[in-house]
Amino acid sequence: MTQQTTQPLRIGDREFTSRLFVGTGKFSSNEAMRDAAAASGTELVTVALKRANLSGDSDPFANILDFLESDRYLILPNTSGAMNAEEAVRIARLAAAAGLPKWVKLEIHPDPNYLLPDPIETLAAAETLVKEGFTVMPYINADPVLALRLQDVGCATVMPLGAPIGSNRGIETRAQIEIIIEQARVPVVVDAGIGAPSHAAAAMEMGADAVLVNTAIAIASDPAAMARAFAKATQAGREAYEIGLGATSSKAEASSPLTAFLNA
Amino acid sequence: MPTFSEKYKTLDLDRPLDIAATASIASVERILQQGRARSLEEFAALLSPAAEGYLEPLCHLSQKITQKHFGKTMRMFAPLYLSNECVNVCKYCGFSRHNDIPRITLELETVEAEARILHKQGFRSILLVAGEHPKYVSNGYVEECVRRLSKFFPSIALELGPLESERYQPLVAAGCEALLVYQETYHEETYRSLHTAGPKKHFHWRMDTPERAYAAGFRRLGIGALFGLHDWHREALALASHAEHLLQVCWKAQLNVSMPRMRPAKGEFEQVEFLKDHHFVQLITALRLFLPHAGITLSTREPATLRDGLAPIGITTMSAGSSTEPGGYSSFDESTFQQTREQEGEQFHIADERSPKEVAAVLARLGYEPVWKDFDQSLVRA
Ligand code: SF4
Repeated sequence: MTQQTTQPLRIGDREFTSRLFVGTGKFSSNEAMRDAAAASGTELVTVALKRANLSGDSDPFANILDFLESDRYLILPNTSGAMNAEEAVRIARLAAAAGLPKWVKLEIHPDPNYLLPDPIETLAAAETLVKEGFTVMPYINADPVLALRLQDVGCATVMPLGAPIGSNRGIETRAQIEIIIEQARVPVVVDAGIGAPSHAAAAMEMGADAVLVNTAIAIASDPAAMARAFAKATQAGREAYEIGLGATSSKAEASSPLTAFLNA
Repeated sequence: MPTFSEKYKTLDLDRPLDIAATASIASVERILQQGRARSLEEFAALLSPAAEGYLEPLCHLSQKITQKHFGKTMRMFAPLYLSNECVNVCKYCGFSRHNDIPRITLELETVEAEARILHKQGFRSILLVAGEHPKYVSNGYVEECVRRLSKFFPSIALELGPLESERYQPLVAAGCEALLVYQETYHEETYRSLHTAGPKKHFHWRMDTPERAYAAGFRRLGIGALFGLHDWHREALALASHAEHLLQVCWKAQLNVSMPRMRPAKGEFEQVEFLKDHHFVQLITALRLFLPHAGITLSTREPATLRDGLAPIGITTMSAGSSTEPGGYSSFDESTFQQTREQEGEQFHIADERSPKEVAAVLARLGYEPVWKDFDQSLVRA
């Protein structure tokens, strides 16, 4: 397969060729996770800090980080489990102190069931962490105004959800994500809800800068193969976006033009 | 907002009980098709004889829902018994006041030594269990245990006699994440006949414990019923309805449900109705379809083969290699994982006696990652 080259994606001080980011939770084993990450061709993986050992010692019972080569991937620590800004800030600092990259995926969800992000706490935490020099990537509901507010405080990306985490329902927030993309001055990463490669392609065709996929890969019967499928779909969607999809609706010629009288 | 015990007084369980007895095959098929039980009535239908014929598709659906929310993972924890002193008379329990067993409350050093053993086995999530005794198991003691253990256990849960909300606060501040309190039986009359002395007599006070714990800041709540004390349909309906209430009222807490079945223990208690294995499976799938996000815990009360079968159909949290006697871990032989002495002071006798390592290996074979650490103390403490 000849790979069409697409524009690289820049976030903070890093450049990414692959626009597929992957999560590391929910896999049947760390080995399965490592293989899927490798097969996806991703350059950014996110890890829940609560699953890692942050003391600096190696712990065979909390060793998820040992399965991720840090020269191959940017390891993006996430604050999942934090219920408010204070907790998120605390765990982010701890991760940085433990030698992880000073990057953070802000995930603050007080409701442990649907894991929907708290906008107020997220904004507060983002502001603090940006000031401390973190590259902050907040997970948010698809709220365009919140996305703007987060850009204003200096976030490196915004990560709106397509649908609730783990729901595999695709881009159900399309209308708002379109606004977010239109207004964005930072990369937009569609996170959560992407359950099939076609969803990833759809997000990319819309102009999202990247997608983050976890559950759909992790619980697939063959995670590595599914990761490859997502990689192709993400790439295809991006290529289509860069080529420019025919803007079907607004410029289409109607069969009997209503402006014909102008030429009469 | 009424508490659950207030709601429970007027809760009509007769109608769902009737559904649990008489639901049609068509109603079960409809629930299977929609992929979820959306009401207590639908939950009831899943407990019915009609649903028994659909156990296989129910298990598949339950597995799918569980994997979607929890992935192919199993959270591992171990109980650590601090004390078997108890002022209550609970007819089914080995620690019941009148039972003639050696009584002990572990010294802090021993608590730490026991915890170190569990830590070495891999556990990073620990459940501190104690009988109810205002003198031996006082708040200061448990707090001190928590403080010591939080240095090496990221997640600490408690299962103690119910307290006032204010008395829970210092425990949360010391680093506790979760509180477990099982109603044992939701049938008030049965409850009264089984709990004849001590503060545990108070049915409603116990029932509202999770809400008091939530008010104090616990972020994970565990509820459950002890199956074998009363009609299982009724217990299941009450448990499900309690869970439903807590999900609404304590919306920031992660909810875990447990359905321990009676095990042999000291005392003369005969169980009323043994919950048969296939009904147990039916119950787990019904809970999963009704409470897709709730954790479901399975302890070592259940035998190994059954646990291995249940692990992939809805369970999210498991203990392994448990001792239910204070100080019991130090008497395990490290290489053979056999008890080196009789466990005279145990609460009940466990059924799955495999070591944590063996259980973890079986889970891996089943395609599940045993997750030992899934919480960090930095989330709860500065
Ligand atoms: S069940 Fe609990 S309260 Fe009752 S006797 Fe046993 S330890 Fe005590």
